[in-house]
Amino acid sequence: MGDLVYFSSVSDNTHRFVQRLHLGDLGIGVHRIPLRPADGFLTVEEPYVLVVPTYGGGNEGGAVPRQVVKFLNDPHNRSLIRGVIAAGNTNFGEAYCIAGDIISAKCAVPYLYAFELLGTAEDVTRVRDGLGRFWQRQSRIPA
Amino acid sequence: MTPTGKLKLIDRVSAINWNRLQDDKDLEVWDRLVGNFWLPEKVPVSNDIPSWNTLTPEEKTLTMRVFTGLTLLDTIQGTVGAVSLIPDAITPHEEAVYTNIAFMESVHAKSYSSIFSTLCSTQDIDEAFRWSEENENLQRKAEIVMKYYKGDSPLQRKVASTLLESFLFYSGFYLPMYWSSRAKLTNTADLIRLIIRDEAVHGYYIGYKFQKGLEKLTPEERDDLKAYTFELLFELYDNEVQYTADLYDSVGLTEDVKKFLRYNANKALMNLGYEALFPKDETDVNPAILSALSPNADENHDFFSGSGSSYVIGKAVSTQDDDWDF
Repeated sequence: MGDLVYFSSVSDNTHRFVQRLHLGDLGIGVHRIPLRPADGFLTVEEPYVLVVPTYGGGNEGGAVPRQVVKFLNDPHNRSLIRGVIAAGNTNFGEAYCIAGDIISAKCAVPYLYAFELLGTAEDVTRVRDGLGRFWQRQSRIPA
Repeated sequence: MTPTGKLKLIDRVSAINWNRLQDDKDLEVWDRLVGNFWLPEKVPVSNDIPSWNTLTPEEKTLTMRVFTGLTLLDTIQGTVGAVSLIPDAITPHEEAVYTNIAFMESVHAKSYSSIFSTLCSTQDIDEAFRWSEENENLQRKAEIVMKYYKGDSPLQRKVASTLLESFLFYSGFYLPMYWSSRAKLTNTADLIRLIIRDEAVHGYYIGYKFQKGLEKLTPEERDDLKAYTFELLFELYDNEVQYTADLYDSVGLTEDVKKFLRYNANKALMNLGYEALFPKDETDVNPAILSALSPNADENHDFFSGSGSSYVIGKAVSTQDDDWDF
């Protein structure tokens, strides 16, 4: 089994989604990217799927939270990413969940799932089941 | 209690220092709102005149009524709703964000007027406004929300405000998305999309401040506010269903609009930190409407439900961010 790494702002929306997945039961380790630079730096040791919120789209850049960019700028962290899941809001139109597109393209990993805000009960079930299957398949791929 | 008729103002003002933030979210949202700033003049609504002329008289009447209803809500939010939140602000930066929200709501209200004046005759506009003043369900919607804005509870005000920003607009927003999906009034739809984007940030922020307020309450008080939120949502939803029927029965779209209402009611609840209420099979919004709202909101991003034999790599997106090292 691989791990799950996520970022959540002080709104804790993504944090609550990840909690509802109860990934510990599946043997998936969960790590949170620190909120601010002063809170330290996360270095991972296992392959992981990244869950990231999209910062409200529009005219500006900044769709991927700065702390996530810093985390992925680290070549070691980046080498272990295997997929990305993004949160967002369809109100942002073309920028809906665009953080997933950006990270998937930059890191050449599959864009696994997109959900809105806190995620619905269906989103939780699909991501939980999906992650279990995803890591089982990954473990059958020869190194 | 504030004496009736007397303006409620804070009694002490300190100069706002944006270099000393008590809540990072205030600056983040301020920057986002400023970055998203727009004015209706930049959208060429007049290009929709030929398209407007292809609508039937019933379709034109419906469209004008929808926009008068939206104008009323944005007027309330700009002149009363967002303003009523200012005295409740905990940080000076939160106050500043509410002033930005209030101003943008006034920009929204003015935008509908610019659509009207471009597409419709003065007489037709006056008739649509008269309809909106006489429509019971639209007036009740305004009354319900205004009651809470005038009330004494800062957190109840935030609930009412979030439900307005994230739920009550959508019986109206449906129609320009519907026209856009049929390649009609596409410039008008572009303008409405800018409003929809703003409302998302407003609902998110006010909902977030509501949750921060909840943290200071006892579990009993939190339960009371949750019960209050759901009661208010049900009251507004029942009214919204009737208002939707008043508008859309004539064109046979009422059931389709109701799915969109429930989908957005769920999102309003999530903005307040509560779980979605309506199940998936009652919120399966017409894909054409969803795609008019967000072209990326399709099924491409559900790798998990597929066979697993193929997956999507995100399309290359150009970003203006220079903080990536690779």
